[in-house]
Amino acid sequence: MTALARARTFAQGGWQELRYRADALTATLLWALVLSLLVASALSSADHFAVGLVVGSIYALAALGLTLIYGVLRFANFAHGDLMMLGAYLAYFALTGAVVGTRQDVHLPRALEGLPAASQRLGDLTFGYGLLLATLVSCLALALLCIGLDRLVYRPLRRRRAGVVIFAVASLGLAIGLRSLMLLLWGPNPRLFVEGVFPARHFPFGVLLKSDQVFTFALAVGLAALVYLLLFRTRLGKAMRAMADNADLARVSGIDTERVIVWTWLLGGSLMAVAGVLLALQAQLNPQLGFVVLLPVFAGAILGGIGNPLGALLGSLVVAVAQEASVGWQLWGHQLDPTYKPGVAFIILIAILLLRPRGLLGART
Amino acid sequence: MIGRGRWPTLAAFLAVTAAVVIMPAERSGWAWGGVLSFLTAFAITVAIYSLFTLGLNVQWGYAGVFNFGVVAFFMLGAYAAAAFTKEPAAGGFDTYVGGLGPKLSPPFLQSEEWLPFLVGALAAAVMCGLLAYLLSFPALRLREDYLAIATIGIAELMRNVVVAERGLVNSERGLKGIPRPFYSFFSPDDYQYFYLLLALALLALVFWATERALRSPWGRVLRALREDEVATAASGKDVTAFRRQAFVVGAMVMGLGGAAYAYERGAVSPDTFTHFAGTFIFWAMLIVGGSGNNRGALLGAYVVWGLWIVSLQLLGYPLPEALRVRIFYLRDLVLGALLVAVLLLRPQGLLPEERRVSLWVERLLRRPAPEAAGTRPAAGRAPTSGPPPR
Repeated sequence: MTALARARTFAQGGWQELRYRADALTATLLWALVLSLLVASALSSADHFAVGLVVGSIYALAALGLTLIYGVLRFANFAHGDLMMLGAYLAYFALTGAVVGTRQDVHLPRALEGLPAASQRLGDLTFGYGLLLATLVSCLALALLCIGLDRLVYRPLRRRRAGVVIFAVASLGLAIGLRSLMLLLWGPNPRLFVEGVFPARHFPFGVLLKSDQVFTFALAVGLAALVYLLLFRTRLGKAMRAMADNADLARVSGIDTERVIVWTWLLGGSLMAVAGVLLALQAQLNPQLGFVVLLPVFAGAILGGIGNPLGALLGSLVVAVAQEASVGWQLWGHQLDPTYKPGVAFIILIAILLLRPRGLLGART
Repeated sequence: MIGRGRWPTLAAFLAVTAAVVIMPAERSGWAWGGVLSFLTAFAITVAIYSLFTLGLNVQWGYAGVFNFGVVAFFMLGAYAAAAFTKEPAAGGFDTYVGGLGPKLSPPFLQSEEWLPFLVGALAAAVMCGLLAYLLSFPALRLREDYLAIATIGIAELMRNVVVAERGLVNSERGLKGIPRPFYSFFSPDDYQYFYLLLALALLALVFWATERALRSPWGRVLRALREDEVATAASGKDVTAFRRQAFVVGAMVMGLGGAAYAYERGAVSPDTFTHFAGTFIFWAMLIVGGSGNNRGALLGAYVVWGLWIVSLQLLGYPLPEALRVRIFYLRDLVLGALLVAVLLLRPQGLLPEERRVSLWVERLLRRPAPEAAGTRPAAGRAPTSGPPPR
C-alpha cells in the first residue's frame, strides 16, 4: 500500500514538474509566435504593419483603461467600447455643438468651433486646436460621467458584494443604454470631425500614412508612458496597484479604497475619451463602433495579461497588427476574406485562453 | 395567497397584459378578430423566446455559466434547422449546404409535413450542444468573465463565417422560403393558431424537462457549485464536468429555440442575429423575470417582449415627429435602464428563485405528517423567500 501511495505521490510530483515545464514551454512558444507574427507582417507589408501599429496604439489606450478598471474594480467592463464612442461624440458636440434634428442638425449657438481660428489646420493635420480643446472637455465630461455611473450603479453593487457576473451584466445594460443615447442625440448616420479628403504622406519602405495617424501613434504612446509613470512612480499608482493585488489588504493598510476607485474612473474615463476621439479620427463617429472595438480591446488586454498595464500595451499592438496583416494572408490558396478581420481577434483570444490564460506578461488577479 | 414581495410581480404582469390587449384593440377600433391575431403572433414569439430564456436559465440560473453569446446558438440553431428542411439549392445566386428536405420525406404518413422538421430541430439541438461542448474546453475552466468574452467572440466569428463563406448558407442574402410544419393542413389564416399550439407544446416539454432537472440531484449539484465552487469540489463533485453539462444542455435548448424561430419566420438572414436582438434581450428577460426560476424565465420573456411590442404600438398614435423617429432608440434605452434598475432594486427578479428544489422533499411534505417528531426533513422549514442576492 505504502509503495503504491509513494508511487502515486511520485507520479503527481512528476506531473506537477511536467506542468511547470509545459507552462514555461508554452510561454516561450507564444512569445516566439508573437514575435514571428510581428516580424513577418512587417516584412511582408510594411504599410499594413504601420497601420496596425496606429490602430494598435488606439486599442492600447482603450485596453489600458479596461485593464486598470479590471485590476482595481475587478470586473470586465462591457460598456468600455460604448463609453469610448460616447467620448468621441462628446468631443464632437463640444467642437460643433451639433445634435441631430428632425430634418437637419440643430446647432448650439456657441461651440469651440466658433473660437478664432479654431479649425485652422495645425501643420499637416486635418484638424485645428479646437479638436484638442474639445477632447479635453470630453475627457472631463466622460470622467465625471464614469464617476457618476459608479456612484449610481457600481457602488451599490459593490456594497452588496455582488459577483463579477452581476457587474458585467450591469455594464452590458449600461452599454446598451449609452449606445441608444448616442443614437438619440446624434442619429445613426456616421459623422466625421472634419469633412473632406486628405492625402496621405509617403514614408520609407512604402508606408503610406496620414499625418493624423502619425499624431495618433505619438499621442497614444506618450499617454501610455504617462500612465506608466503614474502607476509606478506616484503614491496613487502604488495604491491602485495595491488594490489590484488585494483589495481587502489595501483597505486594512489604510488606503481609502473608494477614493482610489474615483481616481481610477477619472483616469480610465479620460483614457476612454482620448481613445474614442482617436478612433473616430482613424475611422468615423458611429454609435455601432463601440461594440465592434470591444472584442479586439479585450483580446489585447487578455493577451498581455489582464490587469497588467504593460501587457495591455503589448497585447493591443499584437492584436491590431495581426488584424491588419490578416488582409494579406493566404489560406489554402485563397485570399482571406476581409470580413474575417474582427474574427482574427477572436482566434488570438481563444489561442491565448487555451495556451496561457494568464497572458504573455502575467495577469494581476 | 400573495405575499408582500409578490405585488410588483403581479402589477408588472397585469400592466403588460392590459397594455398588450388594450392598445391594439383601441387602435383597431375594438375589432377583436385582429386583436386575436395580434395576440397569437405575440404569444408565438414569447413562447419561442421563452425557450432561449429557459436555456439561459439552465446555464446561468442553475450553474452560473456566463454565456454572453446566446446569439451564436440562436443563429446556429436557426440555420441548421433551415438547412435541413429546405429544398436543395438551385445554384447560381442561391447556394447553400444541406437542403435535405426531399430526402427526409419518405412516402409514408405524409412524412414531408413533419419528419424534416423533427430532424431539423434535433439537428439544431445537437449542433448547438456540440458547439457548446467544444467551446467549453478552452473557456469553462476559466473565470466567468473570460467565458463571457469568449462567447461574444464565437458569436462574432460565426457571423463572419456566414457572411464570408459564399457557398455555405447564402451569405448576406440569408435563407428564404423555409418550409413550415403541417402547413398544407390549414388555411394560411388559421396556420398561426396551430403554430402557437405547436410552440406551446414544445415549450411545455422543455419546461417540464428543465423543472425536472432542477429538482433532481443533478440540479442541486449545479446550484451548489454556483454558490460555492470550492465546497462542491471538496465534496467530490467534478465541477468542470457539471458545468460543461449545464452549458451543453442549455445550448441544446437554445438550438430548439432557433429551430422554432426558423420555422416560424420562414427566413433567416445574418443581419437579424445581432448581439442586441440575440443576446442582450434574453439576458434582460431572464434577469427581470428572476434567474434560477423557470417560471421567472417565462414571466421575464412575457414582460420584456410585451414592453417591446407595446412600444411599437405607440407608433400608431399621433406623436411628435421628433419622438416618433427616435422611439426605437428610446426603447433600447428603456430596456437597458430596466435591466440596471432590476439589478439594483430587485436583484432576485420578479419571481425569486425557490430555496428548496427537491422532488423528493416535496413528495415527503405532501404526505400526511408521521407521528414521530423529527422525521420531517429540516428543509421543510426553509423560508420561502429567495436566496441572498448574488
